[in-house]
Amino acid sequence: MARVVGSRLARPDGPGKVAGTTRYVADLHFAGEWVGGTVRANVARGLLEAIERDAAFDFTRVVVVGPQDVPGANVIEMLTLDQPALASREIEHFGEPLLLVAAPDEATLQAALAALRPRITPLEPVFDPRASTKVFKEIRIEKGDVESALAGATRTFEGEYESASQEQLYIEPQGVIALPPDENGVVTVHGSLQCPYYVQKTLVRALGLPAEKVRVVQEATGGGFGGKEDYPSILATHAALLARKAGRPVRMIYDRHEDLAFTPKRHPSRVRIRSGVDGEGRLLALDIDVLFDGGAYTTLSPVVLSRGCIHAAGPYRCEHVRIHGRAVATNHVPYGAFRGFGAPQTCFAIERHMDHIAAELGLHPFELRRRNALRLGDRTATGQLLKESVGAQAVLERIAQRTHIDTHPWRAPKTTRKRRGLGMSFFFHGAGFTGAGETMLHARIALELDAEGRALVRSASTEFGQGTETLFKAIAAEALGCEPDDVLVAQPDTHAVPNSGPTVASRTCMIVGGVLARAGRELAARIGGNGPFRERARAFVRSGGDSRVEATYQTPAGLEWDDKAYRGDAYPAYGWAADVAEVEVDLDTFDVRVVRFWSAVDCGTAIQPQLVVGQFEGGSLQAVGFAQLEVVTTRDGRFQQDRMATCIIPTALDAPDFTTDLVEVPFSGGPFGAKGVGEMPMDGGAPAVLAAIEDALGLHVTRIPATPEHLLELWLAAHPEERL
Amino acid sequence: MKLQFTLNGERLELDVEPLRRLLDVVRDDLALTGTKEGCGEGECGACSVLVDGVVVNSCLVPASQVDGCEVVTIEGAGFERVRQCFLEQGAAQCGICTPGMIVMTRAWAERCRREGREPGLDDARTALAGNLCRCTGYGAILRAALDAAKERP
Repeated sequence: MARVVGSRLARPDGPGKVAGTTRYVADLHFAGEWVGGTVRANVARGLLEAIERDAAFDFTRVVVVGPQDVPGANVIEMLTLDQPALASREIEHFGEPLLLVAAPDEATLQAALAALRPRITPLEPVFDPRASTKVFKEIRIEKGDVESALAGATRTFEGEYESASQEQLYIEPQGVIALPPDENGVVTVHGSLQCPYYVQKTLVRALGLPAEKVRVVQEATGGGFGGKEDYPSILATHAALLARKAGRPVRMIYDRHEDLAFTPKRHPSRVRIRSGVDGEGRLLALDIDVLFDGGAYTTLSPVVLSRGCIHAAGPYRCEHVRIHGRAVATNHVPYGAFRGFGAPQTCFAIERHMDHIAAELGLHPFELRRRNALRLGDRTATGQLLKESVGAQAVLERIAQRTHIDTHPWRAPKTTRKRRGLGMSFFFHGAGFTGAGETMLHARIALELDAEGRALVRSASTEFGQGTETLFKAIAAEALGCEPDDVLVAQPDTHAVPNSGPTVASRTCMIVGGVLARAGRELAARIGGNGPFRERARAFVRSGGDSRVEATYQTPAGLEWDDKAYRGDAYPAYGWAADVAEVEVDLDTFDVRVVRFWSAVDCGTAIQPQLVVGQFEGGSLQAVGFAQLEVVTTRDGRFQQDRMATCIIPTALDAPDFTTDLVEVPFSGGPFGAKGVGEMPMDGGAPAVLAAIEDALGLHVTRIPATPEHLLELWLAAHPEERL
Repeated sequence: MKLQFTLNGERLELDVEPLRRLLDVVRDDLALTGTKEGCGEGECGACSVLVDGVVVNSCLVPASQVDGCEVVTIEGAGFERVRQCFLEQGAAQCGICTPGMIVMTRAWAERCRREGREPGLDDARTALAGNLCRCTGYGAILRAALDAAKERP
């Protein structure tokens, strides 16, 4: 009988956060620290000829770092090595870093930055991904015979769907403080980041140091959402280069403008779908073409595309599927990770397409989804056999009970100036790394006892709001048979914790939590006995027992993945969910208010239900923003929304009332039956809101964000008599 | 200039540039880092503090403007009740907006009491609309705010 799983623990990070005593990186100071800044390219593409120095500025007051000062390789190591730490000749995007400057104070830094003027010969940039000739990654998923199935279908449909970029907008901007090598030659970086070992890997390459000479410490992190997955590697490299040359700590805390203008955002997408159905609306064939704008460098685009493609056919059974995806280079600022990681774009497309099919067939959108939903024993687009923990039908049933969406007269004619509408979405999301990713990564954690008999969890999995610490306390306490207060969670620090992998991909609970649960059971077995845990643990430590367990991820038996053919078990398990949004659209302003929002969610066992709800509501509001409120546009390769005043996200007034129901379908491969949940809410919100807008206005919207301007345009095209 | 003001109940006299941001005075000069900077242009509310009982974005307030005033930051007294409500509702996730949210919630709760108004959800939404949160979807924060406004101190 679970004691801690399913309970509601107080967050260990709560008291410090409500008191304002939690220290984020900007709150830290190191003796003798200087501030660092970046000289950037002012064109989207070009050749750097020179960087002119204003003779009026005394450069002996500052430290300047250029490409020649990079002791290792002048690259930012991520998936590939194509991005320089500092560009020396070819400029590939606006704002590309050219030089770094450290100064004793902010005023001196600004004066120095202004006195360094890059001279660049501009070249013709490529901004349209369709015109790009450079492909970062191409993916083909093939199942069955799509062309024959389309030819034999009762009805066929086509659609094209576009989504713009989206800014993560964590409220704490990116920031790190780098320390120069200590007496042992160890370089330390403290930062706001999701993935300490990613940062370490990048620093090792750029600094030319062995891993044991590079220490990365995660400080309290004020939101990430994927935005602090890759960029901290760049910022940490810059700060470490400055600290090394200056011989002092260097802090680089971006202001909001620099963060918005130059850090990665969600990949803009264009998805085309051709489909064929039989007389009952059952999907016979899906032919899906996915195009992502990757921006100037590879960064994470191949894996974002991978997740996008694998989720592109949605949670639907279909025998004949072809998915062709490309992530291509443009001269935009590189796009990167944002919650959902490619899946929100393709999920939006397939869900809008399903509504299109439903409308054309005169079938209720709920019924169309119910008929086509994947079931236990079905195979996904990659041919993965769904052997267990398929909550598809369960979440559909629950959302129908809760909202009666199944009997709602969708697209019924309406006459009022303020129109209400209801719309739904149905989606799944793979937990953990794609394919063989987890097997190759080999996540490791350690669990050890201190002299007081408390258990300390050591992992590189970071807390940035989701509740990692609370989750790990719960899992360890359940597995050890102790009280949650007997469990401590170590600060992620590459010198003190094993590499449990990056905190991304909805993997922390299912993958890392699974390793932790196993470690806990092993340690509990070693301690043995009955009675209060702390007493037994203290006695065990005193008796000289081996009180440290290191555990490593073990791939569940039967998981197979062919990365060349893109076939097999793409993920150990999937979360399943259905959303319903209710909107009110004002026909005078085309302002869309999302009034209420319901979700039914299967993420397996909810280890801490309040954290799951927190993830789902927060993620859903980001998705609601993505649907219609958040606008990111570029001009000449520059983000036009480069201040908080213009980069709009939902406020408390824009947030609907949320109702989140958990439908727990346990997964035997997860800790106590848990799967992942972090990214999933990002997939369903936008299509549900657009379906609700369609219900309200009778307009089939295929582009996000569905801004008032875009809705007005569509409305006038459908109602030419209303043109002024 | 010589700046005289009360900070969290303590009378202070500082020598500051008149246009120095109140945020920098509090965070850098006085090392009270509970007040956060999210945008530096008055959009996000992370730097909210009370000046004579009114919430301001301290990133927009020049130090000279608080001469003779009473300034309260998240480190000051009187936030215990609101903090407890935030903890109970799980309203703090990443925590970076939380101090500003709590400052704003306290001011709103006190206003409701002062004006004898029954605290309502729509009213809470309006009151907190100047404080951005990207983690929670606001539900837990609004519930915490309503709890705080309904409870007697």
